[in-house]
This record gives sequence, C-alpha cells and structure tokens, in this order.
Amino acid sequence: MSPLLCARGLSKSYGPRVACSGVSLDLHEGEVLAVVGESGSGKSTLLGLLATEIAPDAGQVNYRFRDGTARDLHTLSEAERRLLMRTDWGFIRQDAMQGLRMPVSAGGNVGERLMAVGHRHYGNIRETAEDWLSRVEIDPGRIDDTPKTFSGGMRQRLQIARNLVTHPRLVFMDEPTSGLDVSVQARLLDLIRGLVSELGLAVIIVTHDLAVARLLSHRIMVMKGGRAIEAGLTDQVLDDPREPYTQLLVSSVLAA
Amino acid sequence: MTARVKLEQVSKAFTLHLRGGMQLDVVQDVTFDVDAHECVVLGGPSGAGKSSLLKIIYGNYRCDAGHVLVRDGDAFTDIAEAEPRVVLSLRNRVMGYVSQFLRVIPRVGALDVVANAGRESGLDADIAKERARELLAALNVPERMWNLPPATFSGGEQQRVNIARGFIADLPVLLLDEPTASLDAKNRAVVIDLIEQKKAQGTAIIGIFHDDDVRERVASRVIDITRFKATAAA
Repeated sequence: MSPLLCARGLSKSYGPRVACSGVSLDLHEGEVLAVVGESGSGKSTLLGLLATEIAPDAGQVNYRFRDGTARDLHTLSEAERRLLMRTDWGFIRQDAMQGLRMPVSAGGNVGERLMAVGHRHYGNIRETAEDWLSRVEIDPGRIDDTPKTFSGGMRQRLQIARNLVTHPRLVFMDEPTSGLDVSVQARLLDLIRGLVSELGLAVIIVTHDLAVARLLSHRIMVMKGGRAIEAGLTDQVLDDPREPYTQLLVSSVLAA
Repeated sequence: MTARVKLEQVSKAFTLHLRGGMQLDVVQDVTFDVDAHECVVLGGPSGAGKSSLLKIIYGNYRCDAGHVLVRDGDAFTDIAEAEPRVVLSLRNRVMGYVSQFLRVIPRVGALDVVANAGRESGLDADIAKERARELLAALNVPERMWNLPPATFSGGEQQRVNIARGFIADLPVLLLDEPTASLDAKNRAVVIDLIEQKKAQGTAIIGIFHDDDVRERVASRVIDITRFKATAAA
C-alpha cells in the first residue's frame, strides 16, 4: 500500500530566514507521527506546508484520496482543497478559539462539519452531536451553550469532537495540550490516545513536549533550524538518541 | 531446529555527545540463535550489556552493525533495518518484552491495562479479559484493585501488573528483563511457572535473571555475554 501522505523536499523561507528546509516524510494509515523541536525549529511551518495552509518554495505533498488516486496537494484548486479539509481531514489547533466558532453553540460547532458533508436532517445531526459530546466527555446538557462558557480543556475536547465527527482519515494537531493544567492535559491525552487507536486515524502532531510524543506517537521526527535531523521509532529515538541535539533535548526533560 | 531469533554479529556502542563525544562500547559481534521451546539466559556481571542487548532485539535501541533476525511466519525480519511500522507490527504479533517497570497510562485500570495488551496482540476481547483476571489473581494482585489505575500502586504491585501484561499474549518470542527482581518468593514461583508454561507452548524466551534459583529453574542454557565485549575496551 502506498503511503497516505508523502512529502518530498518541502522548503519554505520567510525572506532570509529558513523556516523549513528539504523535509521529506511518509505517513501510512493508522500511523501517528510526532514532530518535535524547540520553538522556532520549523515544526509549525512544516505542519502548515503539509496541511496546504502555507505554499512551499520547493517540494511537493502527495495525498492518496479515497478513490485511490494520489495527487499533489499544492496543485488542487481552492474549492478542492476546502472540500478535503472539511471531509477527509481534521485540524486541532493549540488555540481552541481558532479551531472553533466561538459565537456558535457546542452542538452547532459539531453539526456544522456534518452539514458541510451533506447531512440535512436536523434531528440526526443533533443526535450525532450529542453522541460526540459524550464521547469527548462533555455533558450533552451543554449542547446549546457556546464554547465561550467552556473551560480550556472542554474547548479542546469540543474541537476534537468537531474534527472527528466526519470520520477524517488524517488529523493534524498543533500543540493540542499545551497551555492546559497538567491534570486536564492527562485527561485530554488519554482521550486522544483512545480515539486515535479506535478510529485508526493517521495523525501528525506537533509538540515540544517529549512526554506527549511518547504517549501518543508511533514515530518521531526531530526538527532543528528547519531541518529534520533525526527520525524513527518513537521509543528508539527517545531512549537511544543519536544526534547531539536530540541527546540534549532528551536529557533536558525534567523528571517529575 | 527452528530458530525463532538469530543474532548475527550484532554490535553496539553509545556516543555521548554531551560528554565530548565519549564512546561507550556495549557489545561486539554477538552471534547466537534461539529456538522455540527454549529459554536462553543472558549471563555476565551488571554493566556487561545484557539489558542493552535485549533492547536491541526489541528495537528499542539501535543496532550499529549486524543483524537481528526475528521469525515472522516463514520469513525473517531484520529488526536492525526494519521500518518503524514493521517493528511495531512485530511487537504486536511476534515479540513481547517485560521489564520490571510498568509505564503507566493515566486513567486506565489495572485489569484493562492487562486485557488491552492481550487485545493488541489479537486476542478476542472476552478471552483477553478472562486471561487478565486469571493472571492478576495468580500474581496475587488483590481483586479490589483491578479497576484502579496502577499509578497509585506500590512498586511490587505495578511490577506484577506489568508481568501479567507481558504474559497475556501468545507471542512466539518473549524478552524478559529481570521480571522477578524484588518479587517475594511466592510471586517469584508464580513467574517461574508462567515461564515454564510459555516454554511448553513453544515460546522462544531470552531473559536476564539475577536470582540464581530462578535462573537454574528456567534456563535451557546460559550465554555469557562478556564473550562479546570489544577487545579494545580495556
């Protein structure tokens, strides 16, 4: 089986500053890849390039569609790209306010994605939304409240429900747990871990937190200065890091 | 005989870049086979590289040179060169690893921690749960604790949950890194029984045991890995 997502030589500079330089990767169905590195290492730029939110200076990203054809994502029309984002993909953002529609009710946030893929029956949409709220451990009684009234952890869980309700094949996550209290973080990680394996999702998760990478990912890619300097099986890279920078990262983690 | 695991000239050294590139030789040119129905015990003093060698076989540590061949059906896969998803698939279907330490997952109860390991290896959900109960009971983990997350358990209790987790699946290869360390005599005897059962079923076992009584009971043969130290290491 060919990879679901296949990136080759992705590069992007902002003026003289190189954000991402010659990054290649393959992702198969059901695989969770963590991209780790310090802030400024280029990991969020890489995520933007893969998700077609940023146009690359060089390189390409091929994606295998449900009909089996692979296409270069950066040659899609805007309409095709938006359809892909709404149906086959999810994107869970660090800042829930960017990933949610804040003035719209929780049920509306989830239902909107369903309507985007053609669901029309109000009762069914509401029922599915209720079901997803309880799957992400939000009291379905809050379905008509807006996320403005939700805590940070609840907003992230609502974002997850909104993204997963259409059964995407690939989900991008940008620091989904940072900025949350540790106990809230643990609960969210556990929820993500369960849903990812239950739904067999392919995930690319950007995180600076090696513990998050260890808990969620199968593979890891370490970025520094816009380059992928080391990649491999997550526990292998974390337990037997080869590159000087990776050894520094791993040894810098504070043990609780 | 049908070798389940073949090590061919396996070599490993660590380069510590944060210590000025200091080189630590671990093992050199390790070569041996392990067949079904046998338990090969790695011998040698602490620091000889026994645990590192087990981790290389499991793919947790990289192999610098040589081959780590693990039988998957009729073919061998070289762990030293396999892609991550191939190694992960082998870990689910072919080889298990039990250490003394449980890596706890928040919010998952002990019984589910054990049963999930069985499910991941392909056991039916009901059978996995049933076996998880049997193993936890055999290892004297009190039933009232089965639904609690092991994060709150004592070290010894976590270790026994981890052993149950490692022994639930019917995998052809089992790697044991001191599973009996710091267990009391009663539970040590339970683990010896579990190992004997696995051997009888045909599992190929590679293990490290510091207790002489355990080693004598379970070892089919002992391989002294100081034989494989780099000659220049002095």
